[in-house]
Amino acid sequence: MAVLTRERRLVLRHRMGSFLFAVFRTVLILGIAYIILFPVLSKLSSSFMSKRDLIDQTVRYVPKHPTWDNYRFAMEVMNFWRVFTNSLLLSVVVATLQLVSSTLVGYGLARFEFRGRNLILAAAIFTLVVPPQMMMVPLYLNWRFFNIYGLLPGQGLNLLNSPWPFILTAITGTGLRNGLFILVMRQFFTGIPRSLEEAAYVDGAGPLRTFIQVMLPSAVPSMVVVFLFGFVWQWNDSFLTTLYLDHNFLPVALSNITTRLAQYFEMTDPQYFSFMVNAGSMLMIAPLLIMYTVLQRYFVESIERTGLVG
Amino acid sequence: MKRLSLSQQRSLTGYLFTLPFIIGFILFFLAPFIQSVIFSLNHLRIVAGGYELIYNHFENFKHALYVDTQFLPTFTQTVLNMITDVPAIIFFSFFAALLLNQKFRGRLLARSIFFLPVILSSGVIAGLEAADYMSNLMREQATNATSFLAGPTLTAFLLQMKIPRELLLYVISVVDRIPEIIRASGIQILIFLAGLQSISPSLYEAARVEGASPWQTMWMITIPVLSPTILANVVYSIIDSFLAPTNALVTYIRTTAFGGAGFGIGTAMGVMYFAAVSVVLAIVVGVLSRHVVYQD
Repeated sequence: MAVLTRERRLVLRHRMGSFLFAVFRTVLILGIAYIILFPVLSKLSSSFMSKRDLIDQTVRYVPKHPTWDNYRFAMEVMNFWRVFTNSLLLSVVVATLQLVSSTLVGYGLARFEFRGRNLILAAAIFTLVVPPQMMMVPLYLNWRFFNIYGLLPGQGLNLLNSPWPFILTAITGTGLRNGLFILVMRQFFTGIPRSLEEAAYVDGAGPLRTFIQVMLPSAVPSMVVVFLFGFVWQWNDSFLTTLYLDHNFLPVALSNITTRLAQYFEMTDPQYFSFMVNAGSMLMIAPLLIMYTVLQRYFVESIERTGLVG
Repeated sequence: MKRLSLSQQRSLTGYLFTLPFIIGFILFFLAPFIQSVIFSLNHLRIVAGGYELIYNHFENFKHALYVDTQFLPTFTQTVLNMITDVPAIIFFSFFAALLLNQKFRGRLLARSIFFLPVILSSGVIAGLEAADYMSNLMREQATNATSFLAGPTLTAFLLQMKIPRELLLYVISVVDRIPEIIRASGIQILIFLAGLQSISPSLYEAARVEGASPWQTMWMITIPVLSPTILANVVYSIIDSFLAPTNALVTYIRTTAFGGAGFGIGTAMGVMYFAAVSVVLAIVVGVLSRHVVYQD
């Protein structure tokens, strides 16, 4: 065996070290990915299983007689297309309005000096800290008898079972976790050099035009993130939707699926129904997965510019 | 009309931009917030065309604390869960962000998988999963592997070693909850990763030239520079765990308020919950902010 020089041995040791570390890293990442993906994949596979797979002892993870029946039944008892359209519409509207309000407010907080600015910032953080459960009863009653605390005449309108509670809170930046979006947008605008806007002002553009034509184009990555989060949280939310609305939305329809299945088949069979419950869950997750896959490259690579840093 | 000075104009524009939030905060946040404090001190009754309040001192609070048998245990359990989970989440997400910040093949894929829990955090699905037959069956088969560390034999063996008992028990309880912790870390990983990428490479360059080991670089550069991010993440994790849709107390408060026990009692529980959140946050921020290093 050739005698190794000292340098060579060091180099080898270094290479060995990086190789071992790479192996360690791969194993770790695979393990974590497994933990994250397992529930999704198990739902996916069981959503395609048929009754024969249930009896077949050799079937564990992958169905041998895949079928679309579970999806068919799940869609039927959930009244899927109607519920899906409702949820999609509400989530798109809410996410868009939240995006508009948080971009405006975030820009106002980041760029203009005025009295009470820090107070508004503190208020935005405060909205995140208060559990919505604490304000559930007053909110419910205010939307039930909506007269803006006596500003409108009469007993007030009943805005429950209408999208108005969502629209009004989203456009005013007080919707679900909206404070967080305001902070994200503020952080982003704070990090942008002022010279861009100054050039626009010198050219005679007003604040609103400067904001729309100069600032917004560079804010697109952050805005995508805010929109995605707004959409996802609204889509998944069952707290406010069940508080304000009747059961015409995906999370609610899905949470009632077991009862509905029992009514539909006029029997209960937890093992067999489980396939359809999982099909229902997949139906709710699928749009999010599709959206995430489309946006993720954009999303994952652009975090450094979103200003998510505290 | 008198022309406004430039700074007056600027501040007026500032108010205009933030006006939506000012209105919303007052109407849809501050007002209901104050109302809920009032409601918690009253007996609330729905009457024709509205509701009426009958002041009843601290009856609602007393009822929640002394009469209700489930509120206090659920409350303590929720706070305890938070205290055990948050350090684990911070530790894990910091570590995961360090991993995902390195250059390797498939990094993009790994990142998108790690952030996946953010979009899948649905309370409804979590609830269905817990009750679902197939999920339970598959999970049982799958966790036989991970439960090794938390298994009785290994626990007994480790307890004989000269490791602080509390620390060991904590580690075991965390290992037991690894899947939950990983799934609650998505946003935190994202925030850490953004923080890591904002650290100027020249700092690391300088450290390497000076001959610092990776371990030293970590303690001398990464952690101090990231300390504001760590604080932000701790605060976020606390809020997130308190507001999680899977949180038992959240569900319980709701059933109490709308399930017959009374709006007043439910609101009183909500007020106490808010007080607990504030106290925990105040203590944590107070302790941590002394160690935070701001660069500028």
